[in-house]
Amino acid sequence: MEIDSMPLRSPDMIADPVLEISDLNLYYGTAPALKNISLTIPRKQVTAFIGPSGCGKSTLLRCFNRMNDLLDNVRIEGSIRLDGDEITTPDLDVISLRRRVGMVFQQSNPFPKSIYENIIYGLRIAGIRDKSVLDETVERSLRGAAIWEEVKDRLHDSALGLSGGQAQRICIARAIAVNPEIILMDEPCSALDPLATAKIEELINELKEQYTVVIVTHNMQQAARVSDFTAFLYLGELIEFDNTKKIFTNPTNRHTEDYITGRFG
Amino acid sequence: MGSFWKQGEPQVWGTAAALTITLLMVATLIGVVMLNGLGFFWPSDTVLASLKDGTKLLGEITDTEKQTKTQGERLQFKVGNRDLYGQDFRWIDKQDVTALTYPDDAIVLERKENGNFYGFLKSLSRNGQQLTASATPWEQLLTEWESVIQAEERLDVQRAKMSKLNSAAEILRLKIQKLSFHDKTANRNEIAGLSEKREKLLAEFNIIMEELNNETAKLNQSTALFEDASGEEKEITLTTIVRAYRPNTMGFFAKAAFYAGKVKELLVGEPRESNTEGGLFPAIFGTVMMVLFMSIISVPFGVIAAIYLREYAKEGLLVRIVRIAVNNLAGVPSIVYGVFGLGFFIYGLGSGIDQLFYPERLPTPTFGTGGILWASLTLALLTVPVVIVSTEEGLASVPNGLRQGSLSLGATKFQTLIKIVLPMATPGIMTGMILAMARAAGEVAPLMLVGVVKLAPTLPIDGQFPFFHLDRKFMHLGFHIFDVGFQSPNVEAAKPMVFVTTLLLLAIVITASSTAIHLRNKMKKKYATKAF
Repeated sequence: MEIDSMPLRSPDMIADPVLEISDLNLYYGTAPALKNISLTIPRKQVTAFIGPSGCGKSTLLRCFNRMNDLLDNVRIEGSIRLDGDEITTPDLDVISLRRRVGMVFQQSNPFPKSIYENIIYGLRIAGIRDKSVLDETVERSLRGAAIWEEVKDRLHDSALGLSGGQAQRICIARAIAVNPEIILMDEPCSALDPLATAKIEELINELKEQYTVVIVTHNMQQAARVSDFTAFLYLGELIEFDNTKKIFTNPTNRHTEDYITGRFG
Repeated sequence: MGSFWKQGEPQVWGTAAALTITLLMVATLIGVVMLNGLGFFWPSDTVLASLKDGTKLLGEITDTEKQTKTQGERLQFKVGNRDLYGQDFRWIDKQDVTALTYPDDAIVLERKENGNFYGFLKSLSRNGQQLTASATPWEQLLTEWESVIQAEERLDVQRAKMSKLNSAAEILRLKIQKLSFHDKTANRNEIAGLSEKREKLLAEFNIIMEELNNETAKLNQSTALFEDASGEEKEITLTTIVRAYRPNTMGFFAKAAFYAGKVKELLVGEPRESNTEGGLFPAIFGTVMMVLFMSIISVPFGVIAAIYLREYAKEGLLVRIVRIAVNNLAGVPSIVYGVFGLGFFIYGLGSGIDQLFYPERLPTPTFGTGGILWASLTLALLTVPVVIVSTEEGLASVPNGLRQGSLSLGATKFQTLIKIVLPMATPGIMTGMILAMARAAGEVAPLMLVGVVKLAPTLPIDGQFPFFHLDRKFMHLGFHIFDVGFQSPNVEAAKPMVFVTTLLLLAIVITASSTAIHLRNKMKKKYATKAF
């Protein structure tokens, strides 16, 4: 299968980019995992990364908050700019980066503490101790994650006693408690039942009013439902990036169309 | 037949049987120890045995043996009265016994020296004068003895004062010695002043000692005249009697009260008679203190080492070598640790410390000899590998997702460690601590080389400044068992004490482990995650 070597252009609608990625290359040792990715992520919109397994979606996502640093033998070339600030430099303060770019994982990971302690964890490690600020943050975050009504009476119970969907929403609340600019979501619903998934998707719709959301999903229909912009990656390369509507109804690239229609994947 | 084996039932039964046998062995061990140990303090009846050849023996029957040759039985008789007969125990053939009676007026005396005395009371004397016999001689004996004991207690106050004066004088002597060592001429005024003070203290000491000697001599004139089964007389000074009782007249509740009293003496009293009688308090104290010191040293070290190995070190040849070394350390025989402790800590570090800080006391070693500090350090070395391995297991059991979640919120690796990983790994750390404590309480071989003694005159922690005397030698229950069982001059008398000490050591270790296990279970419940 040939890959069209057309140079990629961002759609003209992106007036206000929050992340600008240019010529990003990522190597695991000597093996390339991301090849010449150039992309802009629009502010306060939902961008979805789709593509078959192993195409590099999660790897690309993890570049945005430097979580790839935790792996050995990872080398990055190219540039990623967050609001104009370069974030690929080795001496970057990753702690403050991660406060600007939050993450929600595939497997929900609430800490073995109370719900209250989970939400304010990000604030505590930043040194904020003022109880009124903490209380107010907890309510704001839980409301923002659409779970306030369900847990407001048991804030000091252990977070481990929640169902899968509730736990994931707690993780989202925890991520927005530190007021990030971007929320990265790595297949947040893949471990959840359809009802919980629907709730999360509804939530994503609300979140984009305040935050930029970048979501990786292997579920194309979810991408079609939830996102405003979609990027299709294949074998570490960015094949197409455009409005979701256009990608799913009239994609420019043949491979995109093949993937969307299920001819491979 | 093949399907019988294939279905797996015999394997299930087999594993269940193995488990049952193991549990039975543990139960048997504890049962044998309890049986032999718990019965020791229950007062048995005093028997007057009349033999065929006319001799009479008064004492307790402690054992029976079947003799295969003659098909008869032998009785082991505890006759006590070591100062009269030379041996405490005698074997007699049951056939030689013509009569066994249980006289009500047979008295058993526990004494400070020479073991038990079995006999009949004849008369009492006070200050050398024989007292008129009363209608109730037993009560008279008890009242006399009570008053002697109370007088002794008053004298104990004087003895305590003497001890304080002595320690103060000793401290002054050491100060003088230090000043003289460094510069005799320059410090001579100070030395003179301290010497004067010391002289005053010693003078006071001598006055009190003379008073004490007079009083004690007076007290020692209160005696009781006893005769044994064959009529031989023995005058016994009342101050040497620890306990007096007539077991044949004691009912169940009296015996139970007696038992309780003996147990209390065991736990808080001092040992007597070359450790075969008396209490175990110094040994209990020494064991507990040493285990505590050892835990304080080995657990933090082990945890920090494990954290480094697992969280910070880059996986490579060096880390693998370190891990292999740590695991092998756990397999080294404990006596080798003792030799290392002796060579490195005592002769190496200890004499170095002596030369730097206590040169005036040389050649008497302060830290250049065994003591509780070196013993705790040696055992800490012994148990650090166990703590490291358990802590590593605990750290590994923390799901990686939690670490990533914490880091993605902007925490540093150290914050993640302190706030998330270590609390969750605490059950693993506690496991390491439990194993370390149990091992340290039981290892005797290395201790013999680095600071345990048969009888320690002082405890390692007491009221004198600086309160923690890390250079002092101490007593240990494990060593006590060895010493009483195998190095005792009187084997038969020592046998029950061995079982009692074993029981006590088992009880202490089980209590400590159970407490720690209970704490660990509470923590496990708190941190149980669904991710497993």
